[in-house]
Amino acid sequence: MDVLYFAWVRERIGLPKERIETQAATVADLIAELKAREARYEAAFADLSALRVAVDQELTDFDASIAGAREVAFFPPMTGG
Amino acid sequence: MRVVVQEAPFDFGAEAAAFARGRTDLGAIVTFSGIVRDVADGLSVMEIEHYPGMTEKALEKIAAEAEARWSLGEVLVIHRHGRLEAGEQIMMVATASRHRKHAFEAAEFLMDYLKSRAPFWKKEHTEAGTGWVDATEEDEAALKRW
Repeated sequence: MDVLYFAWVRERIGLPKERIETQAATVADLIAELKAREARYEAAFADLSALRVAVDQELTDFDASIAGAREVAFFPPMTGG
Repeated sequence: MRVVVQEAPFDFGAEAAAFARGRTDLGAIVTFSGIVRDVADGLSVMEIEHYPGMTEKALEKIAAEAEARWSLGEVLVIHRHGRLEAGEQIMMVATASRHRKHAFEAAEFLMDYLKSRAPFWKKEHTEAGTGWVDATEEDEAALKRW
């Protein structure tokens, strides 16, 4: 699946998008997998209360399933308007 | 419903004039425009990042929710992204209804929701440096009244 990062999450991880092969069942499992990879992921996902997630472009929760998802995006709380 | 996400400036006057033109059944039109505000350190650029694809869907969902809650004849949302200077228009919403109460309330609802539920992120570039604008508790609390 494609994993996308926006705003300071993108800056902290150092890329806007990457393709990840994973067996993770939920968003939380995917985060645990990413955090185990490298320190920059550990830093980006250190405080989940400062993050939001969208699965296939719909806002959702960290316990949401990602089975069959094409796209998971992580970003800080939104500041439009 | 019309939802537009674009980098280019828009003509607020022309959009407002064209909005719901010719509809004789709608007695009330409310328009709001958001302007890039200068900050204490002197804003050089406001950079607005968004999530192409999801942004349009999220705005359409918010506009559809407004149409479901209030009796609206027309709804317009325009939101820009990219690099903007102080004084530039970031976005506008317009609502039209038979009576003003629906148009006013729906416009406020649209503003409250698109502030914290549409995937935009603002980064301020000032003489003192750059920084992402934090979401505020007030913004989140504003959703609770709807």
